[in-house]
Amino acid sequence: MKWVKLTSFYALVVVIVVIAVFPFYYAVVTSFKSGTALFRISYWPESLNWANYISVLTSRNFPISIWNSVFVATLTVVFALFLAVTASYALSRVQFRGRALILMTILGVSMFPQIAVLAGVFELIRFLGVFNTPWALIISYTIFTLPFTVWVLTTFMRDLPMEIEEAAIVDGASPWVIITQVFLPLMWPALVTTGLLAFIGAWNEFLFALTFTSSETTRTVPVAIALLSGASEQEVPWGNIMAASVIVTVPLIILVLIFQRKIVAGLTAGGVKG
Amino acid sequence: MTTEATNPPHTAARSGMSELKRQRVRAAMWFLVPMLAALAIVAAWPLARTIWFGFTDTTLNNLYGGEFIGFENYLTWRELSSGAIRWRGILADPSWWNAVWNTVYFAVISVFFETVFGMIVALVLNAEFKGRGLVRAAILIPWAIPTIVSARMWGWMLNDQFGILNDIFLNLGLISQKIAWTASADTAMTAILIVDIWKTTPFMALLILAGLQMVPRDIYEASRIDGVHPVKVFFRITLPLIRPAIMVAVIFRTLDALRIFDLVYVLTPNSAATKTMSVIARENLIDFNKFGYGSAQSTLLFLLITAFVALYIWLGRVNLSGETER
Repeated sequence: MKWVKLTSFYALVVVIVVIAVFPFYYAVVTSFKSGTALFRISYWPESLNWANYISVLTSRNFPISIWNSVFVATLTVVFALFLAVTASYALSRVQFRGRALILMTILGVSMFPQIAVLAGVFELIRFLGVFNTPWALIISYTIFTLPFTVWVLTTFMRDLPMEIEEAAIVDGASPWVIITQVFLPLMWPALVTTGLLAFIGAWNEFLFALTFTSSETTRTVPVAIALLSGASEQEVPWGNIMAASVIVTVPLIILVLIFQRKIVAGLTAGGVKG
Repeated sequence: MTTEATNPPHTAARSGMSELKRQRVRAAMWFLVPMLAALAIVAAWPLARTIWFGFTDTTLNNLYGGEFIGFENYLTWRELSSGAIRWRGILADPSWWNAVWNTVYFAVISVFFETVFGMIVALVLNAEFKGRGLVRAAILIPWAIPTIVSARMWGWMLNDQFGILNDIFLNLGLISQKIAWTASADTAMTAILIVDIWKTTPFMALLILAGLQMVPRDIYEASRIDGVHPVKVFFRITLPLIRPAIMVAVIFRTLDALRIFDLVYVLTPNSAATKTMSVIARENLIDFNKFGYGSAQSTLLFLLITAFVALYIWLGRVNLSGETER
C-alpha cells in the first residue's frame, strides 16, 4: 500500500517535470534540424546541425537586436535601481505623513495595464523626439520596473533592524552617507534580486518594443523573433525561429537557475506582501 | 505595515531628536522627488493624455489635430430620416464586446486552471522527497522563458501539419485527425489557454508554496496523530490557512490576464476568436489610425482593471480585520 502511494507521487513528479521542460527541450531539438528533417517529427535529438544558429547569428539584424536588448535592459535596470534605492530608504526608514498614500500609489501604478498609457507614452516619445530609438524603451519601461523595484526594496529595508542606523545617526551622518555607507553594503542581495527581475521584465517586454520601434535595426529580441517570418505561411523559418529562441532563452534560464532561491524570495515578496 | 502603527517611533530622547528628525524628513522628501517625478512623467501624465485622447477624434498621423468630440467615441446615435435610431461608438460595436468576452473568458478560465495546477505543484514541492530541488528548478523554466519565445515554441508544437502535439494526441488516440489548433476558430482560444496556463502556473505555484511554508508543521503532526484523513486535513486546515496567499495570487494573476497582449498577438494573429481588449485597442490606435477611438478603448480597459484593484483593496481590508480578530 505504501509503495503504491510512493509510486503515484513520483509519477506525478515526473509528469510535472516533463510538462515543464518538454517545450523547451523540443525547441532545442528542432533548432538542430534543417531541411526536410525539420518536418519529420522526432522525440529524440538525431543530428547536431548548427546551420540554424549560424544563419541566425550571421544575419544582418538579429545580432543588432541582441545588442539592443542588452543595452535597453541594462540601462533600464540601472535607472530603476538608482531611483529606487533612495526612494525606498525614505519610504522604509523615515516616518512622515503621506507615506502610506505614496506606497498605495506605487502599488496602483504597478497594476496599470500597459495599454492604458500606450497612447500617452506614444505622444510623449514623439514629443521628446526619441521614437524608434532605445531611449523610447528605456523611458517607457520605467513604468513597470520602478514601482516593482521600489516595492521590493522597501519591504527589504523595512525588515532591517533600527540598530544598524543608530550609530551612524549618533555620529551625525547625513541620510545620503547612511544610504551609501550603511545600507548599500547590506543591500546587495536585494539589489541583485530586484535588478535581475527588472532585467528579465525589460528583456521580455513586447508591447512597447513593438509600438515604439519601426525599423529592423532598432528592434529588441522579442520583436525580432515575433516578426521572423517567411514569404508565405509554408515558408515560416521554424529552424531559425527555434535557434533564435534558444539563443535568447538559455542565458535567462542559466541566470534563473543560479539565482533561483533569491528570485523565488523576490517574487513572493513582491506578491504576497502586497 | 501593522507593526508601524502599534510600535511607537524609536526615539530615546524625543525632544532632542526632533531637529534631527525634521532633517531626516526633509532629506526623505528630496529622495522621493526623482522617483515621483519619473512616475508622474511615465505613468500619470500619459494616462491622463490617453483619457483625454479618448474624447477626441485624433488620428495617428496628426496627434495634435484632434478635436474634442465628447462621448462620441464611446456612444452616439443618429436619427435616420425614417425615424430609426442608429447607434455608433465602442459600446455599440460588436467587435468590442467580442473582445471583452474573450478577455473575461480567458482571464476566468486561465486563472482557475492556474490556481488548481499551481496548488498541486505547490503541494508536491512542499512535501519532502529526493529531487525536490530539481523539480523546483524545472518549473522555473516556463516562467523564465520570454512570452514571445513560448508563443513561437508552442506555435511550432501546435502546428497543424508538423506539430508534435497532434502526433502525441493521435498516438494516444485522443483525437482522430490532425487539428489546426491556432488557425481554427474553435480551438484558437484553447491554444492560448494551454500556453498561458503552462507559462504562468509556476508563478502561481511559487506564491502558493510561500503560503504553504508559513503553515506550522506541528499542525500536520497533530492531525496525523489524531488520525485525520489527509484529504480532510487539506480542506479543513491547509486551505483555510493559505486562503489569504491564494487570494493575493489570484488577484495578481487576474489583473495580468485581463491585460494579455503578446501571446495572442503572436500565437493567433488576426483571429476574432481570441482578440482581447488590449489587442483590439492597439489595433485601433496604431494599425487603423483611429487614435482617439483606441484611446477610449484603452480607457475602458483601465476602468475595468481599476474596478478589480478596488475589489482587491476591499478584500485586503476584509482579510486584515479577520486577522486582528484572531
